[in-house]
Amino acid sequence: MKELSLNILDIAENSVKAGASLIEISITEKGNSRELVIQDDGCGMSKEMVETVTDPFTTSRTTRPVGMGIPLLKLAAEQTGGHIEIFSTQGADHGTRVYAQFFTDHIDCVPLGDLASTMVTLLQGNPGLDFSLVYDTEEGRKNLDTREMREILGEDVPLDSPSVLMWVAELIREPFDSEDTAE
Amino acid sequence: MKSLAELQAIRDRMKNSVALREGTGDIRIVVGMATCGIAAGARPVLNTFVEEVEKQNLVGKATVTQTGCIGMCRFEPIVEVFEEGKDRVTYVKMDSEKAKRVVAEHIKGGRPVYEYTIGEAQK
Repeated sequence: MKELSLNILDIAENSVKAGASLIEISITEKGNSRELVIQDDGCGMSKEMVETVTDPFTTSRTTRPVGMGIPLLKLAAEQTGGHIEIFSTQGADHGTRVYAQFFTDHIDCVPLGDLASTMVTLLQGNPGLDFSLVYDTEEGRKNLDTREMREILGEDVPLDSPSVLMWVAELIREPFDSEDTAE
Repeated sequence: MKSLAELQAIRDRMKNSVALREGTGDIRIVVGMATCGIAAGARPVLNTFVEEVEKQNLVGKATVTQTGCIGMCRFEPIVEVFEEGKDRVTYVKMDSEKAKRVVAEHIKGGRPVYEYTIGEAQK
């Protein structure tokens, strides 16, 4: 994966498959640390699955017995000196929480990349689910919550309408508020 | 600065036009979005299809959807086009430029771009 936002898309797709109705993504950057949390309310995983999920030969897919999603996230984190943690129990709504820490001053740290495209892709493919994104940095903070968007859009305008998706992309791409730095 | 007020404006603008846009969507464009597809570059391909279908006014004619692993990871990004009464067309090793051509020639023009299909790739 060339960008962390591709890993985020990939891991969030697992949450979609786990039947989640709400997927919360948070990215927190402070100093040289970048922390990623992806939390869902899906069906969770058994204890055995949690223990083996970082093994590329563990997968839920049926086309072949290889699953690279979590192993690639683990690699991306560990090659910067960071690590990942996975918390999950099996059962309806138990959910899964994936935590990953990266050190951004490490030469092998992949860039965050195009977070806007990742969110647009998730919304486009799953207009019936709810997503939240909190991107918190020392420069500022960005927030996206489809529950809030839905309240405004009502039932007439679906979340995957092209103009809504464009609004989401622009919201994420625009620079942080510069009220503190404006001089 | 983007604001929720803008979203309100989008809603007001679209409320009346939504009913008109809901076509039958005879053509289904399916993009493989499993780990293999994402790593190979499926995200920009998907987003290009969504944009081009909108730009070329094909929203009522074609819908763009996502699926998991199609099972031929070495050919990713893979895009399948399903059309009522016609054979499925499987495009392989796609990118944004190829996606634009597929929308223009196949989705709009009705002529599949054979040079991008799996049949050609396997020759």
